[in-house]
Amino acid sequence: MHTSTTTRLTLRLLALGYLGILLAVPLGIIFWRTFEDGWTAFAESISTPAAISALHLSLIIVAIVVPLNVVFGVVVALALARGPASRWHRRGRGIVQAIVDLPFAVSPVIVGVSLLLLWGVNGWFGGLAESGFRIIFSLPGMVLATLFVTLPFVVREVEPVLHEIGDEQEQAAATLGASRWQTFTRITLPSIRWGLIYGIVLTVARALGEFGAVIIVSGGVPGDSQTLTLLVHARYVDDRNTFGAFSAATLLMTLALITLLLMTVVNRQKERLR
Amino acid sequence: MTVTEVAAPSTPPTPPTSPVTARRRRGPAVGGIGPLGLGVATMWLSIIVLLPLAAVAAKSVENGPDGLWDAVTTPSAKAALTFTLGVSLLVAAINVVVGTLIAWVMVRDDFRGKDIVNALIDLPFALPTIVASIVLLGLYGPRSPIGINLVATKPAVIIALLFVTLPFVVRTVQPVLMEVDREAEEAAASLGASNLTIFRKIIAPALAPALFSGAGLAFARAIGEFGSVVLIGGGIPKDTQVASQYIAQQIEVDRPVNAAAVSVVLLAIAFAVLMLLRFVGSRTARRHED
Repeated sequence: MHTSTTTRLTLRLLALGYLGILLAVPLGIIFWRTFEDGWTAFAESISTPAAISALHLSLIIVAIVVPLNVVFGVVVALALARGPASRWHRRGRGIVQAIVDLPFAVSPVIVGVSLLLLWGVNGWFGGLAESGFRIIFSLPGMVLATLFVTLPFVVREVEPVLHEIGDEQEQAAATLGASRWQTFTRITLPSIRWGLIYGIVLTVARALGEFGAVIIVSGGVPGDSQTLTLLVHARYVDDRNTFGAFSAATLLMTLALITLLLMTVVNRQKERLR
Repeated sequence: MTVTEVAAPSTPPTPPTSPVTARRRRGPAVGGIGPLGLGVATMWLSIIVLLPLAAVAAKSVENGPDGLWDAVTTPSAKAALTFTLGVSLLVAAINVVVGTLIAWVMVRDDFRGKDIVNALIDLPFALPTIVASIVLLGLYGPRSPIGINLVATKPAVIIALLFVTLPFVVRTVQPVLMEVDREAEEAAASLGASNLTIFRKIIAPALAPALFSGAGLAFARAIGEFGSVVLIGGGIPKDTQVASQYIAQQIEVDRPVNAAAVSVVLLAIAFAVLMLLRFVGSRTARRHED
């Protein structure tokens, strides 16, 4: 299909114009608004005690969620790729596949509400809360919310790699007398390495950025139970501190851009090894 | 997705009494995980995902099926649901047109800085949703440099949803467009077909499954969206309040049954869309194999 120069330029202009008014220009304005009063204003705004504690809490959640997702994500991926081959198990695998994809289909707010109804004082496991172990409106609730929304990432990145590498090397190792654990650490783990790292990067990005699920189960007390995303929201809505919200958002945006960069690098590495 | 057979077809040349063979006979597959691992995987998925969702489902029918129906047909619940579905359909439709256009320019056109633009398209996936809301406030908020304040209007909700769903159609269409048979296009052109005819008869049919799946994903994302809408949409009941905002608000005023009921409706729609996508996807895959 040969398009005339005019058509080509018109299409290009339309596409870039749309991306401009939807993405580029708003992004530019936020950066400009954040730094129009200089770096110091920005630095002060993101180093208030509330901001520091928000960054701290966000990082704590990441530090808890990532190891859990790695361990259980790899176990689920192994169960899917290397589980028993009987008919009964194969059917079970279809169900597990569907459950792993579920979090992609669930609105973040519904995640928060569902945790509230399960772990809250009036929920199914409300007894835990009554006995003094608070889950909702506290750190464990935010961790559970983040685990829910990030559950698919590691599984979805590791499982295809497991299929791709096949199990011949693992069988060979087992034949030569390696234990299951030895086979896993020496054969399987090195081969799934880049898929696993990619899954971790996705998990970190989503964990830092999660808002809807976390706001429902968090107490939202500044300096105590506020993550970075909640800080952005609270500054804009409760404190009417537009500049503070913009600078906290810029901080999050920078973290997101770093993640995007990492994703590109890891993805290239992954493709190269294929 | 094909599940590779993991049962070893050939037995290794070791004597049947060796401990390895014994372990293999007992265990499911070499290098895999035993029943313990399967149990752990199931328990993890249940505690993190299934039990919470079961709690929502149970709460929604606490007052019986009639209670569920009453909860989703209150004027503000109905308004939130219809607004959400309508606006999501509109957003999916706009994405079909603009997404194809952007994918086209990315594949068939060449200009300086194309790589940067291409990377920019992924940004809405990487940005936290609340940041998306803040970013849009920069241009369409109270201090807009072009004097357009859309806060708490319906167009603001549409723009926010367009922002977060931008990559879906572009990224599903782009690879398909790269594979479209250029020779068929040349042949049609040499036989005198106009560009419009070539697009309608050759390119559009090839893109249709990808477009459908991209639009479906965008729609499923849009109906549950919360973070990007929350600051710029205003959340005015019966006006700009989307379903997820209604759910959050019902939790705030301590009406968990109402929140659970609307949640169940949203979940059902999202599942139906994703099942449909999976079904259509597997059918197209099979047609390609024939």
